[in-house]
Amino acid sequence: MIELVKNTKIDFMGLKKYAFGFSALLLLLGLVGTVQIYRGKANLGIDLAGGTSIQLKFQKPFSMTEIRSLLAKAGHGEAALQQVSGENILMLKLGASGAQEEKMVAEPVVELLRKSLPGNPFAVESVSEIGPAIGHKLRQDAALALLVSALAIIIYLAWRFEFKFGVAAAIATFHDVFAIVGIFWALGIEMDLLFITALLTIGGYSLTDTVVVFDRIRENIRLRKKGSFSETINFSVNEVLSRTIITSLTTFLATVSLLVFGGSVLRDFALALTMGIVVGTYSSIFVASPVIALWRGEKMIEVKR
Amino acid sequence: MWKSITGRITLIVVLAAVSIVILVPSLTDRVPAGWKDRVPKINLGLDLQGGVFLRLAVDLEKAIENTSMRYADDARAVCREKSLPVLALQKAGEGGFSLRFPPGDFASRAQVTLKEEFPSLEVSLGEVKPDGATVIARMKPAEIQAIRTNAVVQGVETIRNRIDQFGVREPQIVAEGDDRIVVQLPGVKDQQRAIELVGKTALLEFKLVDDGASVDEALKGNVPEEDQLLYQRSVDPQSGRVTKTPMVVKKRPLLTGDTIKTAKVNFGNQAGGAHVSLSFDTRGAKIFDRVTAENVKRRLAIVLDDTIYSAPVIQERISGGEAQITGNFTPEEASDLAIVLRAGSLPAPVKVIQNVSIGPSLGLDSIQKGVRATLIGAVLVVAFMGFYYRFAGMVADFALVFNMLFLLSGMAAFSATLTLPGIAGIILAIGMAVDSNVLIFERIREEIRSKKSVRAAIDAGYDKAFFTVVDSHVTTLITALILFQFGTGPIKGFAVSLSMGVAINLFTALVCTRVVFDYLNAKKPMKALSI
Repeated sequence: MIELVKNTKIDFMGLKKYAFGFSALLLLLGLVGTVQIYRGKANLGIDLAGGTSIQLKFQKPFSMTEIRSLLAKAGHGEAALQQVSGENILMLKLGASGAQEEKMVAEPVVELLRKSLPGNPFAVESVSEIGPAIGHKLRQDAALALLVSALAIIIYLAWRFEFKFGVAAAIATFHDVFAIVGIFWALGIEMDLLFITALLTIGGYSLTDTVVVFDRIRENIRLRKKGSFSETINFSVNEVLSRTIITSLTTFLATVSLLVFGGSVLRDFALALTMGIVVGTYSSIFVASPVIALWRGEKMIEVKR
Repeated sequence: MWKSITGRITLIVVLAAVSIVILVPSLTDRVPAGWKDRVPKINLGLDLQGGVFLRLAVDLEKAIENTSMRYADDARAVCREKSLPVLALQKAGEGGFSLRFPPGDFASRAQVTLKEEFPSLEVSLGEVKPDGATVIARMKPAEIQAIRTNAVVQGVETIRNRIDQFGVREPQIVAEGDDRIVVQLPGVKDQQRAIELVGKTALLEFKLVDDGASVDEALKGNVPEEDQLLYQRSVDPQSGRVTKTPMVVKKRPLLTGDTIKTAKVNFGNQAGGAHVSLSFDTRGAKIFDRVTAENVKRRLAIVLDDTIYSAPVIQERISGGEAQITGNFTPEEASDLAIVLRAGSLPAPVKVIQNVSIGPSLGLDSIQKGVRATLIGAVLVVAFMGFYYRFAGMVADFALVFNMLFLLSGMAAFSATLTLPGIAGIILAIGMAVDSNVLIFERIREEIRSKKSVRAAIDAGYDKAFFTVVDSHVTTLITALILFQFGTGPIKGFAVSLSMGVAINLFTALVCTRVVFDYLNAKKPMKALSI
């Protein structure tokens, strides 16, 4: 039998003040990030903010400065340019200028570049244009999806365990989602619909570990009937530690291969998932259980069901 | 669970066989046609096979205004016939217009006349002032509603017609909500052309040029009431430069494109490139004949979507019911123009509010990278399980193979769309698939440590881990289903593959692995378990 973690006796509850401190930091970062997103100060993808993105594949290397000045002359000085190194790929992002009504600019921009750079032909790999109205709708849908899933999860866990477990699990889940938002914001990585998808997936997946821990806590309350609640939590977390880590590890292996080999389109998505798995594992041990202990007190009241 | 081992094995074998039959045509083209045609397939999303996704907003206000202004013109004509002098015509609210008459009983007489002539209008008397009175006419709410519905339904039809003539395999054109149309054109290579073809209103009108009006005055904003200022587009054949010349034309069209029978591309002998020849249906030919006869020596502007393409002088009466649109078109432009004229105009202008175009090369690249990442991820997970849980891990790997088989064939069975995020969903499902087995195996280890027999440990492990496994999957399933509900296109694909993967996993992880252990135990109780 190979055992990654063996008979651990870590005092997780004793570590909770450090964990809470660390989590508070993550949450603060997430809160700032969220506020900045709300104020439109974050690096939002065009599917959330509206605007135009174009991806061109040139035959030969090109000069970023030349393209930047060409665009500036055409009145697109605010364009964000990004070069995929080694592949002669240019990614171009034009913001949705607020005053401009639904107007599509991709075609003129592509034409402009085609005419101005006759010596270096390119293929248009992708164009994405989102009018402000759709951007607004997608943003609303995303917020609604996050809200509805949080509610659904609380209801499910409240039904399977008890209300306090449901809320604690939801707090841990929100912790994870906020943490990833904060980290992405701090790193300046673009947040688009795929990122929202990753957040929801993280929310769902981070609960997997939490449920495993909760299950064991519930079982041990019934079996042990002695000691304090904190002790029971410690005991339970130690008991299930190896499976918490291994389940995360297998999923981690999958998302890392997506991160490394999945190509540029999915890179940020995979990054969010990978970080989410790490944070989710941490939170199911260090956030979810302590929150329950704080709320339920130290008495060993049996969990219903 | 089911007690009979043979029964469970039979179920798994049958499911696997059905899955293979369903799945194979999705993976390779080298299967007999009779098989291929009877089996649903996995669709590739636009992000994988390239293509265009458009979301259009239909300008319903414009559609209503167009109809009400047509009524207004007719109403004015009727009033004129009855010698009721109309001083002014104005828009009045949604689907309404007002006519101003001089003092006297003109307004009340007009009200009676219009009520009789236009049963679909609500006609009322407006305010009476010393210098005259107004009559307000408005379309009935039911008719306004009908125009709204029709603008979208007819728009979908017209766009489908155009796309069919353009030639796209399996286009999807559907109405969305009250005023949106979503167009998906998989595999389209000439994307900008397709977008223009879809979005063009293609309202063709023949309007008389008002030679009496001054263009200079019109440019200052003094356009005569029955006229409008439009621009003629002309292309210099050498430089390709487009110039626009202002021109004052009568607002009221003499003839519109809905009377066109056919439209064809021709290459004339002039250097100007291709042009489009039209022939009108009987009604159109008759009107054209009368209009040209009445207006010899005057100029007739051919207007498409408020741009004048040419304004030739009518030399003589034209009876054949044929006309030409010239404008130095490239062959593609002319061919697309012919398509939109044949398919008819959109009942209301549309605006592209979302456009996602993916080139075919990017899609191919994405598939390759996605498949590679999936395979590498799967190998890592399989290797880890085999290494960590030895024999039991291999049993879990064996279940994983079934999981993937059922997942892919399930997607084929529902004709689900595989998108790039969908591939990510599959990878994630692989990672999560073995989680259930990890939970069970860890439980079995615990039971073995507490000195139970192998058989009892296995039974206890499966039983006690059952609810943990279900609970931990349901939460993922909930979020995946919510994603399915709220997500669009690519993200829906992610939700589909993830939720199906997780659901199927409950079966493979709980049933497929268990049957292996039960089978081994049935022959001779296991003394030791490599786990």
